[in-house]
Amino acid sequence: MNGLGVTALLPLPVLLSLLGAGAALMLSGRPSLQRWISVLVLSSVVVIAGVLLVTADREGPQVLTLGGWPETLGISLVADRLAALMLLVSAIVTLAVLVYSIGQGITDDDREAPVSIYHPTFLVLVAGVSNAFLAGDLFNLFVSFEMLLFASYVLLTLGGTTARVRAGTIYVVVNLMSSMLFLVSIAAVYAATGTLNLAQVAMRVGGLPDGVSLVLQLLLLVTFAIKAAVFPLSLWLPDSYPTAPAPVTAVFAGLLTKVGVYAILRLQTLVFPDSPLTVLLLVAALLTMVIGALGAIAQSDIKRMLSFTLVSHIGYMIFGIGLATTAGVSGAIFYVTHHITIQTALFLVVGLVEARAGSTSLLRLGGLARLAPLIGVLFFVPAMNIAGIPPMSGFLGKTGLLQAGLADGSALALVLVGAGALTSLLTLYAVAKTWALAFWRSPEQAHEMTTALVDPDDGSPVEMHGDHVHMGPVTYGPRDIETARSLRADDDPDRDLHQLLQQDALPGRLSVLMTGPAIALVAASLALTVVGGPFYDYTDRAAADLQDRGPYLSAVLPEASP
Amino acid sequence: MSVSLTLVATCGFLVGTGVFLMLERSLTRVLVGLVLLSNGVNLGFLVAGGEAGEAPFYGSADPADMADPLPQALALTAIVITLGTTAFLLALAHRSWQLHGHDEVQDDVEDAAIRRLAVADETSQGYDLDDREDRSGDRPEEDAG
Repeated sequence: MNGLGVTALLPLPVLLSLLGAGAALMLSGRPSLQRWISVLVLSSVVVIAGVLLVTADREGPQVLTLGGWPETLGISLVADRLAALMLLVSAIVTLAVLVYSIGQGITDDDREAPVSIYHPTFLVLVAGVSNAFLAGDLFNLFVSFEMLLFASYVLLTLGGTTARVRAGTIYVVVNLMSSMLFLVSIAAVYAATGTLNLAQVAMRVGGLPDGVSLVLQLLLLVTFAIKAAVFPLSLWLPDSYPTAPAPVTAVFAGLLTKVGVYAILRLQTLVFPDSPLTVLLLVAALLTMVIGALGAIAQSDIKRMLSFTLVSHIGYMIFGIGLATTAGVSGAIFYVTHHITIQTALFLVVGLVEARAGSTSLLRLGGLARLAPLIGVLFFVPAMNIAGIPPMSGFLGKTGLLQAGLADGSALALVLVGAGALTSLLTLYAVAKTWALAFWRSPEQAHEMTTALVDPDDGSPVEMHGDHVHMGPVTYGPRDIETARSLRADDDPDRDLHQLLQQDALPGRLSVLMTGPAIALVAASLALTVVGGPFYDYTDRAAADLQDRGPYLSAVLPEASP
Repeated sequence: MSVSLTLVATCGFLVGTGVFLMLERSLTRVLVGLVLLSNGVNLGFLVAGGEAGEAPFYGSADPADMADPLPQALALTAIVITLGTTAFLLALAHRSWQLHGHDEVQDDVEDAAIRRLAVADETSQGYDLDDREDRSGDRPEEDAG
């Protein structure tokens, strides 16, 4: 194979997306052409990422120094096994989400999601994510974070409705704070090492006093942990994601936090391999897993429930990274891949629920399994997958991580193994509760249970305490009760599924363009099981590369390699 | 490497006031805080660049006397990005004012719910065992759960 030819592909995922964004913006008056451009760009990114993956696996890391500068001066783009894998998965997922959002735009002609802005912004987001995976330079990583964040600000506040402005404000301020922290870390790294090229930083950081390198590491870790939503820096996430349109939430949930996880993984393995900070990371992982899962159980809205499981499962990846063994890192890489597909699939399915039944609130839904069996299957399979039911990919990923924890054998690692199993059970409880309420009980039952919240009759196990209500083991807050009240008011346009069914006012059938991508992603997550063996071999090789550092360093700095 | 104490002190002061303002509830103050903070961080880049020197134009001076151009380039990039975000935040503040008549950052939904529960729920005010036994009679569901 011609090595130069393949490295010339490296900038294309970023370039094509940005050029596509420009073209889409110019064509904002011609929606169908705009859609074709977006699909074309993302499809070619998928192909390019596939070629990069095969090449990186066969021939080692591919490096391109932009502008023909010497490697220590120019910005280098690097695709090793890990980066190429992340690029491919993110490209596939974004393509699926794009097709889904086209389907949604066609069916409901939503004024809250102006399509002319949507496509260019989405492509900028893809460019930012791709650039983050390929960046071999700290400042380039910062710029790609800003690209994807800026696109995400716009996507999150599309339409500027009350809920989105409220959620967007918190999201923007938190992320600005983390960007400032990133800039401070970059300035500190530059002052300490005199370079920002990751490979060069990695070689020079060993010569620094321990205290200085620890400060640099902690600064960068905190920055990336905000992006990755690691507890206690995760509290912004469950509040901001659910308000966005379904495809936006899906791509945020699938990719944005994983970019943070990727950055932590790169930082820990490449730059600071001698300072694994195992205790700190494992404790953070423990808290993230358990608190996220407990939060998920308490939610009465499917989108919010899923946002909490997203936080919770970030803990698994941090667990693998914290172990700092090849098995742990390999498990983390497998889990990232699994989780990107599964979390995106789940949010897309919830979008289907919203489009079909008009709501994602558990107080309003019921009987979806009979009303829309396809959505039922599409929710059930990834829900069981995320809970780790064998033989699906979630089970394989968790098994790999738990085995790595057992092999490590320290007391804290064993606690984490227990917490991992517990989190899996708690996740199962949360999704089973959702299944039972939204899919299994009949719409009449749902209606009766919800109206009993505000107006308890003799038979219902309802107790009022102040402004919240206990119903069996579940506590409903004032917001839920407000929802329940609105169902009883005759003039309120908000209806639950039972009322909609009675009035025969259900929205029409779903577009194939919406169900298709959801089916494809669910199938992809199942396919991860089928190719589980070879795929684990691949992540093992990627993890071995990361632990070794040699291939990366000698590819980026051919002269100075140790 | 020796650094200018004035720069460090100014940088620290700007970051400090910026963080203080960011803790306010009004989005406009948060915005001013952000601008101060980012200026402080940009000064930090100058500190990271080491001693002052000649303007780094090619051929204008001996390279050994030049100031380090890279941190200046980074600071410029950071300034441009901050300009964009500031404009976006201003738009958000304006939209918030259009919708609510003020630009206060509102409570996180989850935080607000938890706080209301804590105020309303007697059990959260203390885990006095006697107190709980008294109530166990009239609240069977909760104890079972």
